[in-house]
Amino acid sequence: MELIDTFFNVPVLIRTFPLLMQGLWITLQLGVVSIIAGLVLGLALALLRLYAPVWVQVLAKIYINFMRSIPLLVLLIIIYYALPFVGIRLSPFMSAVSALSLVSAAYTAEIFRAGIEAIAKGQFEASAALGLSTRSMMVDVILPQAIRIVIPPLTNNCINVMKDTALASVVAMPDLLKQATQAQALSANPSPLIGAAIIYVLFLWPLVAAVARLERSYNKADH
Amino acid sequence: MGSDIQISNLRKKFGGFTALNGIDLTIAEGEVVCVIGPSGSGKSTLIRCINLLERFEADSLIRVGGVPVEAGRNLEKVRADVGMVFQSFNLFPHLTVLRNVMLAPMRVRGVSPAQAETRARALLARVGIEAQAEKYPGKLSGGQQQRVAIARALAMDPKVMLFDEPTSALDPEMVGEVLDVMKSLAGTGVTMVVVTHEMGFARQVADRVVFMDGGVVVEIGTPAQIFDHPQHERTRNFLGAVLNH
Repeated sequence: MELIDTFFNVPVLIRTFPLLMQGLWITLQLGVVSIIAGLVLGLALALLRLYAPVWVQVLAKIYINFMRSIPLLVLLIIIYYALPFVGIRLSPFMSAVSALSLVSAAYTAEIFRAGIEAIAKGQFEASAALGLSTRSMMVDVILPQAIRIVIPPLTNNCINVMKDTALASVVAMPDLLKQATQAQALSANPSPLIGAAIIYVLFLWPLVAAVARLERSYNKADH
Repeated sequence: MGSDIQISNLRKKFGGFTALNGIDLTIAEGEVVCVIGPSGSGKSTLIRCINLLERFEADSLIRVGGVPVEAGRNLEKVRADVGMVFQSFNLFPHLTVLRNVMLAPMRVRGVSPAQAETRARALLARVGIEAQAEKYPGKLSGGQQQRVAIARALAMDPKVMLFDEPTSALDPEMVGEVLDVMKSLAGTGVTMVVVTHEMGFARQVADRVVFMDGGVVVEIGTPAQIFDHPQHERTRNFLGAVLNH
């Protein structure tokens, strides 16, 4: 019973539940905004990486490798604590969104690039032979096929971004984790932390299951 | 834009390998030219140069209707007027048959969707596939897919049609239906350049036959000249090997 009072203290959980819900709302906002920004930026990066003049391709590749190498927490702390020294002051929310989407864009770009490169050469040639502009070729022919291929890895990346939003708690962002640690301090009981963990798992589990299902059905369709 | 093709000193290298070694060829408006030759002779490379799917050496020149084929603003216009049919069909698998045929007229010529659809259905009827219009290409047989590919190219009202071994990937029983569609195109005023192994088709439909080997044009003539009285040893050897089976 002592264990339950410590980790699943129902009165504490009920008392801190509104706090956790506020935190969840912030976490969702952080995640969704970062995911969308990361997707847009990532697609643009992938196209630059593949089709821009060579020196731009090199810059895109450097950006991608840099963002995949730097620990997200380090980037976030630099944006929030170091940039003010050069006059760039971002709110905790903007700092977290910037760090999350800059890194997500790098991963997204590599996913899109692999998807585009998986499209048969004949599709590019048929588009060119019909006189389609490069833009129309991408929008009407290549990307609709590539997006189907990249949906499972992109969903995986979205899950990672959602999980990484928890790092925002270190820049005083009142997200789910931050609210939980504060609630723990207030009530001198770790139950809110367990509650937060359960909430994270409950709402990411369906996404994880969806990826697994998509990958299975895609594999079946290929055979 | 006219539809004659002038090719002068066409050369193309893949790394150290010379695929085309100085081709000179003039094709008149409305003419049907079949290009034959052993595999690796450069015949596919030749027609892929005509719409610049392959880049060629800088001192070579190709004009279609008087317009030089080169990278730049003119290229999309030239390609819009030059239709191409590929060995592997290359239909767009995520679009229905109808949409495959409608796409380029809408995007390149600015045709309205309603007009594009009317025209696409008429073309699909002409190649005998109107009943499959709402299906996806993957549901069609190879012969049907290739006929859709021909309709897709025709939807742009091309002045020139390039066929790159259009029947080589087909099961034997489907070759005839595709060749029939191609025969019906000959003599309609569209210039046709056909890379093919179908000697019967070449003999029956071509105005002239080009025999290529080793990246050069060995011999050009009417079907009767090439098939009945080949002048060159290499032509005789090739025809001997192909026709005696």
